Amino acid sequence: MASDHTEPVKLDSSRMRSETALGAEKITIRNLDFFYADNRALKAINLDLPEKRVTGMIGPSGCGKSTLLRVLNRMYDLYPGQRATGEVMMDGENIIAPSVDVNHLRSKIGMVFQKPTPFPMTIYENIAFGVRLHEKLSKSQMDERVEWSLTRAAIWGEAKDRLNTSAMGLSGGQQQRLCIARTIAVHPDVILFDEPTSALDPISTLKVEELIDELKHEFTIAIVTHNMQQAARCADQVAFFYLGEMVEVGSAAQIFTAPKQKRTQEYITGRFG
Amino acid sequence: MSAPSAALSQPGPGKDVGVADLLGRQRARRNTTVKALCVLSTVIGLVLLASILATLIYLGFNGLSLRVFTEQTLPAGSNGGLQNAIIGSLIQTAIGTAIGTPIGLMVGTYLAEYARGSLLDNAIRFVSDVLLSAPSILIGLFVYEIVVLNTGGFSGWAGSIALAIIVIPIVVRTTEDMLRLIPTALREATVALGAPKWKMITQVCYRAAREGILTGILLAIARVAGETAPLLFTSFGNLNPSYNLNDAMASLPTTIYAYASSAYRDWVDLAWVASMLITFGVLGLNIAARSLLRRSN
Repeated sequence: MASDHTEPVKLDSSRMRSETALGAEKITIRNLDFFYADNRALKAINLDLPEKRVTGMIGPSGCGKSTLLRVLNRMYDLYPGQRATGEVMMDGENIIAPSVDVNHLRSKIGMVFQKPTPFPMTIYENIAFGVRLHEKLSKSQMDERVEWSLTRAAIWGEAKDRLNTSAMGLSGGQQQRLCIARTIAVHPDVILFDEPTSALDPISTLKVEELIDELKHEFTIAIVTHNMQQAARCADQVAFFYLGEMVEVGSAAQIFTAPKQKRTQEYITGRFG
Repeated sequence: MSAPSAALSQPGPGKDVGVADLLGRQRARRNTTVKALCVLSTVIGLVLLASILATLIYLGFNGLSLRVFTEQTLPAGSNGGLQNAIIGSLIQTAIGTAIGTPIGLMVGTYLAEYARGSLLDNAIRFVSDVLLSAPSILIGLFVYEIVVLNTGGFSGWAGSIALAIIVIPIVVRTTEDMLRLIPTALREATVALGAPKWKMITQVCYRAAREGILTGILLAIARVAGETAPLLFTSFGNLNPSYNLNDAMASLPTTIYAYASSAYRDWVDLAWVASMLITFGVLGLNIAARSLLRRSN
C-alpha cells in the first residue's frame, strides 16, 4: 500500500483508547439484510457488540449505520414497507423475529437521538414517563429513580432545583443529557446513540462523551457518529460501513492507525465521505 | 456562439439615461397608484366594519341593563330580558361542543396517526372538508329530517346535535393539522422507551399539540355560538322560558331573528343587545384562541 495513504486523520493519540480485551458478546448480528421497500440498505451484515463496551459505527451518509441502529430496537416496525431478514441474537433470542414483544425489547435496548427530544412535560415527568411504562413504583421509589438516573446522566446538579419545571426550558446540551437519563431510568442493557452530539456545542459534546465513557461500565453501547475523533475517543471497537456493507471492524486503534481495507483508509484520511 | 471578446461588449444600443429616467418615473407612478388603491380598499373595509361595530355598540349599550340578564323574554311592552335566550345559547353551545369535540378529536387522531395513505384516509378527509364548508342551513335541515321529525318536535337536543355537526369538522381539521406538526423524532423517542402507540398519542402527542387543539376547539365554539340557521329548524327558539332540552329552546341568534324584524321598539332594542353580546362573546373567544396559539409558538 502506498505510504502517502498511511497518514491517518489527525488524532490525539493520548486520548485514543488503547487495545482492551473486548470480552463476551452482548449482541451478535448474523447475515442481516435490511430493506426500505425494494431498496436493500444493509447487505449481509455480521457484527458482534461486546458486552459493556462501546462500539462506534462510522461511514459516509447513507451507508447504513443509522439503519443498523434502528434495526436493533426495531424502530423500523413503525414504518410499513421496511423489513429486516437474518439474525440478531441477544440473550439467546432473535430480536428481529416477529414474535418478539417490541415494547419489552425497547425497554432493554434504549436509544438516544440526534436532536434532543424532551417530552413536553416537567423534567421529573420526562423520567417517570418511561419508568411507569414498565414498572409500578411508589412515589418515594420513583423519586429515588429520578435522582439516580439524573445523577448518572450528570445533570442532577443542574436539574434538582427545577424538577417540576418544563424540560423544554433546558439548554440543548442539558436536554440531551436528560434524554440519556430518561433512557437509563428504565434499566436497559444496551444503549444506542444515533449521532448524539451532532446538534450540540463543543462543551456539551465533551460532557456527553465523558458520560458515554462512564456509562459503558454498566451498559453495552453502540454509537453512530460522523465525527471520527469522537469514534476514536469513545469507542473500544469501531465498524466502518460503506454502501450498506460493513467493510471492516476492529479496535479503535487498529481502524484508525492500521486499517486493513483500502476503503476504510480512504474514508478516515478524508478522501471521500 | 460568439467569441469570448464579443461577450464582453454589451449587445444592442448603449444605456440611455433619459430612457432609464422615464422608466423609473413610470414605475414610481404605478407604485403610487397601486398603493393608493390598496389604502382605499382597506379604508372602505375598515369603515364598514367600524360603522357596524359602532352601531352595534351604540344601540346595544342603549338597551343594555341588568334587566337583560335577570328577566325572561316576555311579550312586547312588558319589560322583558334575555335570560332564557342567553342560558339557552350557553346550554346548546356547551352540549354541541361536548358532543362534537370528542368525535372530532378522535377522527382527527385517526387521520393523523392511523389512516395515513389509506383509501379511508382520503375519503374521511374529503367528507370532513365538505362538511366544513357546507351551508349551515343544510345541517339544520338534515337534523330536522333525522331528529325533529322522528322525535315529534323541536327540541334543545336537536339544536345541540346540529351545532355538534358543525363543531366536528373544525376540530377534525385542527387536530389533524396539529398532530402532523409533531416531529417524527419526538414520536420515535417515545416509542424507543417501549411505549405502545396509544400511549405515545395520548400522553406525548396530545400534550405537544395541546395549545393548537384547544385553539381549534375555541374557534369551533366561537363559530357555533353565532349560528342561527341550524337552530331555526331544530330548537326553533322559544319565547316562553324553558330549559327543558326536550322542548323548543330559546337562544340568542333565534331571539335576534324573532325580535329584530318585529314592530315593537323594546324587542328591537333587545335584539341589538343580543347581537352585541354574541359579538363580544365571539370576539373574546377568538382573542383567547389567538393568544393560546401564540403561546404555543
